[in-house]
Amino acid sequence: MTRRSKRMGFQLRKVTCLLAACATFMAGHVTTASAQSDGPLRIEITDGVIEPLPFAIPDFVPEDGGASDFARSIARVIAADLASTGLFREIPQDAFISGVTNFSSPVAYADWKAINAQALITGAVSSSGDSINVKFRVFDVFSGQPLGEGLQFSGGAAGWRRMAHKVADIVYSRITGESGYFDSRVVFVAESGPKNARRKRLAIMDYDGANVQYLTDSSALVLAPRFSPQGDRVLYTSYETGFPQVYVLDVATVGRRVLSSQEGTMTFAPRFSPDGRTVVYSLSAGGNTDLYTMDIASGQARRLTQAPSIETAPSFSPDGSSIVFESDRSGSQQLYVMPATGGEATRISFGQGRYGTPVWSPRGDLIAFTKQNAGRFHIGVMRTDGSEERLLTASFLDEGPTWSPNGRVIMFTRESQGETGEASLYSVDITGRNLRRVLTEGAASDPAWSPLLN
Amino acid sequence: MKHIAMTALFVGALAVSACSNDRFGNGRFGGGSGDFVAGSPSDPRSPAYFNQTIGDRVLFAVDQSTLSQEGVQVLTQQATWLMENTSYTAVIEGHADEQGTREYNLALGARRASAVQNFLIDRGVAPNRLQTVSYGKERPLEICSDELCYSKNRRAVTVLAAGAITS
Repeated sequence: MTRRSKRMGFQLRKVTCLLAACATFMAGHVTTASAQSDGPLRIEITDGVIEPLPFAIPDFVPEDGGASDFARSIARVIAADLASTGLFREIPQDAFISGVTNFSSPVAYADWKAINAQALITGAVSSSGDSINVKFRVFDVFSGQPLGEGLQFSGGAAGWRRMAHKVADIVYSRITGESGYFDSRVVFVAESGPKNARRKRLAIMDYDGANVQYLTDSSALVLAPRFSPQGDRVLYTSYETGFPQVYVLDVATVGRRVLSSQEGTMTFAPRFSPDGRTVVYSLSAGGNTDLYTMDIASGQARRLTQAPSIETAPSFSPDGSSIVFESDRSGSQQLYVMPATGGEATRISFGQGRYGTPVWSPRGDLIAFTKQNAGRFHIGVMRTDGSEERLLTASFLDEGPTWSPNGRVIMFTRESQGETGEASLYSVDITGRNLRRVLTEGAASDPAWSPLLN
Repeated sequence: MKHIAMTALFVGALAVSACSNDRFGNGRFGGGSGDFVAGSPSDPRSPAYFNQTIGDRVLFAVDQSTLSQEGVQVLTQQATWLMENTSYTAVIEGHADEQGTREYNLALGARRASAVQNFLIDRGVAPNRLQTVSYGKERPLEICSDELCYSKNRRAVTVLAAGAITS
């Protein structure tokens, strides 16, 4: 059970005989990330979850001088990750009866039970040069058992937030049975300037808004970036040449190249196929917008639709077999599904209003969309056949949903009204609960969530 | 009737000039201030005349790219001017109001720009002098969030440039 990240050099391994309490620990019921837990500590994520699960997380124990900078910060990031889901509620530290000063000491379950903590997360940090090691354990307080194995990560100290997110992902996973989404990034458009002269640049950040890096300057308008399935490349639309064209950018080097530049055409609304080799996008020529795919390696383009109507905002199904897109062929914008090679399209949206920007969920079960009806905008989800439509938000202008890697949360752009109106990022659960603003330095739009990093 | 429409348009263009400081509201060439100076809006060969006296833009109904009667009048004069002033080329910018998704509005702006381009070509302007671009809802001229502003933002603007289009 050793995982290794090429990018960050994290190592994840069991905390085994490092622990004095090793024997007890291993005897406790062990769950893996995706396994069913039969213990009482379990959140079933359904529409019925209303009461968040209370958890306690003391500051992690610094095991040497160099670790003290991180011991508290890491615990704080874990707590923020869990609380941000709306599924967990942190018990304030000033309510604690006992503290944790030694990672190996037995857990005083009664003290945590007394303050109604159902889950307890403890950890310790040690340092060695520029590296830190983070170990942690999760306890089911009411059954008096560890929940899963103790684990530890080591890696560069600069990656401490990622280590915290990884811990939070594992805790989330053990308690909900779902994979997590905290160790992920979001590429978006950072905006500044007045509404009629907006300056836009591509930026990338951790899912929680930390560690912002800019990928382009604001000399040219940029729109709607999208991650590759591996998270290493970004597709976006830029007005660099004066005309909108799709570009592909390498995240590590920030090098970019135009995907296709055919004189007299505009390209936009790109997305990767699930294998990362093909891009589907819109191309406008002579005022007509249709869908195309392009093989990235060969540059070979293929036309998928041929209609006088607007066909745009395409998104692949996770198995790569189908594409959902919007078209106004019926007279107003509606959602359609067609084979990934083109061919007959089936309309799936039939409610009141106009539907756009469909995005297939990473689980394959739902399609998120933007809906415009009666002067309001909504983010919603429906099944892939169009049934069971549910609207999750409503405002003056919500648009452009993107899925969390586990398909439980949707991030989108919300623009406020009027002359001082500006864009910001929000997230909402697919249950419609837990609407919250994603904190960014300035105005921000067009978020696209990366896959879970590894 | 035609005269009245023209006057209204001229006033509209001036109002636009007064409150906008980027090229998405004005043509690339600002109007001069003198009444009879070459290059001023009263000089029929000047870009300022094109932008302000003829009018560099046409407006569209919600979600539409069909030219209005007023639009046809303006574009007819634009075509005549372009035929008489062959040293200019133009990029036609299509725009949409903010009610709509980014992608759809890009496609809608492309339709609007193309409608203008096709009209000008039909009236005899050489196709290689005209290019189109869509800005979707990215470059509103007016920034309020009601129909007063939206109606001015749903536009196609013929932006003059000196010299031939390079390809």
